[in-house]
Amino acid sequence: MAAPTAAVRGARAPARTAGHRWHRLDRTVSPYLYLSPFFVVFGVFGLFPMLYTGYVSFTAWRADRPGSEGQWVGFENYRKLLDDPFFWNAVKNTLGIGVLATLPQLLLALGLAHLLNYRMRGRTLMRLGVLLPNVTSVAAVTLIFVQLFGRDFGMVNWFLSLFGVDHVDWQAGTLSSWSAIAAIVTWRWTGYNALLYLAAMQSVPFELYEAAALDGASRWRQFRSITIPMLRPTILFTVIVSTIGALQLFGEPMLFSQQQDPTTGGSQHQFQTLALYSYNQFWGRFKYGYGAAISWAMFLLIVLVAVVNFLAARRMRGAE
Amino acid sequence: MPVSLPRTGPRGRLLASSALLVLALTAATSCSSGSGGGSSADEDPDAKVTLTVNLFSDFGYADLYKEYEQAHPNVTIKENRADMGAHHQNLHAHLLAGSGTADIEAIEIGQVAGFQPEAGKFLNFLDNGVSKDQWVPSKTAPASSPDGKVLFGLGTDMGGMALCYRSDLFQAAGLPTDREAVAALMKDWPSYLAAGKQFLANSPNKDARWFDSGGNLFSAILAQAPQGVYDAEGKVVVTTNPAVKQSFDLVAGAIKDGESAGIQAFTPAWDTGFQKSQFATVACPAWMSYEFKANPPTDGGKWDIARIPGGGGNWGGSYLSVPKSGKHTKAAAELAKWLTAPEQEARLFKEKGYFPSDQALWTQPDIAEHTDPLFNNAPTGKIFSQSARDLNPQPLGAHGAEIGTALGNALTSVEQGQADPEGAWKKALADVDNIVN
Repeated sequence: MAAPTAAVRGARAPARTAGHRWHRLDRTVSPYLYLSPFFVVFGVFGLFPMLYTGYVSFTAWRADRPGSEGQWVGFENYRKLLDDPFFWNAVKNTLGIGVLATLPQLLLALGLAHLLNYRMRGRTLMRLGVLLPNVTSVAAVTLIFVQLFGRDFGMVNWFLSLFGVDHVDWQAGTLSSWSAIAAIVTWRWTGYNALLYLAAMQSVPFELYEAAALDGASRWRQFRSITIPMLRPTILFTVIVSTIGALQLFGEPMLFSQQQDPTTGGSQHQFQTLALYSYNQFWGRFKYGYGAAISWAMFLLIVLVAVVNFLAARRMRGAE
Repeated sequence: MPVSLPRTGPRGRLLASSALLVLALTAATSCSSGSGGGSSADEDPDAKVTLTVNLFSDFGYADLYKEYEQAHPNVTIKENRADMGAHHQNLHAHLLAGSGTADIEAIEIGQVAGFQPEAGKFLNFLDNGVSKDQWVPSKTAPASSPDGKVLFGLGTDMGGMALCYRSDLFQAAGLPTDREAVAALMKDWPSYLAAGKQFLANSPNKDARWFDSGGNLFSAILAQAPQGVYDAEGKVVVTTNPAVKQSFDLVAGAIKDGESAGIQAFTPAWDTGFQKSQFATVACPAWMSYEFKANPPTDGGKWDIARIPGGGGNWGGSYLSVPKSGKHTKAAAELAKWLTAPEQEARLFKEKGYFPSDQALWTQPDIAEHTDPLFNNAPTGKIFSQSARDLNPQPLGAHGAEIGTALGNALTSVEQGQADPEGAWKKALADVDNIVN
């Protein structure tokens, strides 16, 4: 018995091993294959440009100096950044607009989500409606806001004039232009964040509210003591994502500008953000090396802010 | 969460978009030329080709394309437009990448010097049956390589200057309305600005200012100086050329006197300014007539046109170029030559108001005696040819347009009340330093 069995086993074994091997290969490799489109696209359009930009930032390359292309200058571009007033102005503008845009946006979103959580007629329509500003293009929204914030015939100034406020030249001032741009950002992203909060609110167990109501807690008290703590992870997520988005602000200030060169961010760079300054130096002035260095500085700043955000979040959780 | 830019910065976005453009272009050409690449299409003059033309504004070519397509049934023409800054930035980027350019690319005169170092990446029209004599040297020199052996741009129009004024507002303010009288009253810029003060004092329309924007006026004034922001050696002379500071101070003073409407040119607010009569004069190059046509005053007022104070000067005007990286360079060159030939240039002036840079046309009777109903039948042919003849070409430089914008921005900040003239000037110098170094 032993011999034939061995023979049979010997004959069948290779086929079974091949199938087995294929199966194992399938199990170990296919997940990567399924994921690969993302990584290939990311590698070509994300990682490569990023690394290449990093390389360019160490060169003196600029279009109006032939032969500067491969000229290695080490950290010279980054050193220049440190005492470039335009760079620090852009940092200030980015952070300023970022705060003005992110804070009201998230607070409004929280309130909006709370309202959308009530039972009411046409609730789904309302919930979809708040996302509408988000699906319209930055360009279209900004162009309309430019008209609304027009100096002579803008609707915002007309509205303010009803209360006796003089015409504001929104483009001109630092705070006025920041506010106008922050309004565009807030308009576009409040609904999106509201939906995130709404989703989180719906996962809060109803019993908690019931119990609180039995204990005599008012709606405001319920919101403060139940909704907000339960929403904390979502709030942290939106804070981090909005912060990153705010630091990359580009389209809104660019299209808001009514100067002949939209990359200067106003007549005195009063709303030139980091991304805009990088674009200005790279594609407007053809200082490829320097523009690349600004891009990388911006990247590092975003990493820094994200890490600070994250640490603050951990501390908050620890304090709980 | 305004995600408008990938974290990799603008380069990633542009690389991505140019790669997409390349894909789109290869797809387009493989459809249109059937078999083989672009080179075979160049060899066979009857093969079907689609020529792409990238412009930064309306050049008034629509009718001409139709005519050309009828005469050349194998050719289809497709025009794309971007705004002026983006157009030239894209062209630089695509030349750098070696792909993504259209078959014909327009270049504006303020930007053309920046393309001189890349003259080798364009088709040399001198090898394609074009003679420089078609234009004045001041038009061909900026679009030539430094040694003059390559001509990479064919002159389209030029921006001979004139003064556009609202005769009805002038009359109401007690100023002369007759062209000759207006020109005589405002022989130079100081007398123009003095008339402005008079206008502000006497005009019953208190919403109308004297001119549209300080930046525009500054360009017009500086354009008449022998030197602008560059000298003949290609050095930036913003601080050493007294004409720059003088023009700046002249305009800044007028802004302080309330003469400027403070409206940025080429914006929707500017269009509204034309419609709502927010200014009584505009220093206008020939190509600006499209703006007047598109935005007639809603109060029924009329524009007229007179000689520019100081005489002469040029603002704008363009070239057509054929980048070598295009797929159908031969066919594109033929089209570019045809679009810039005297017959077509003459038509564009008579129909659209674009004043030709072909010098032979300036004396041709139908051009020299042309009148424009848009400007109360003013003899625009005579006014603009005179201005073209008075033109003292300034040396151009790679960053001329950006430096001009920086100085214009400084004047805007004075208009906005954000800076006094001296402070604005200092900031402009910092900007210029940032542009050049």
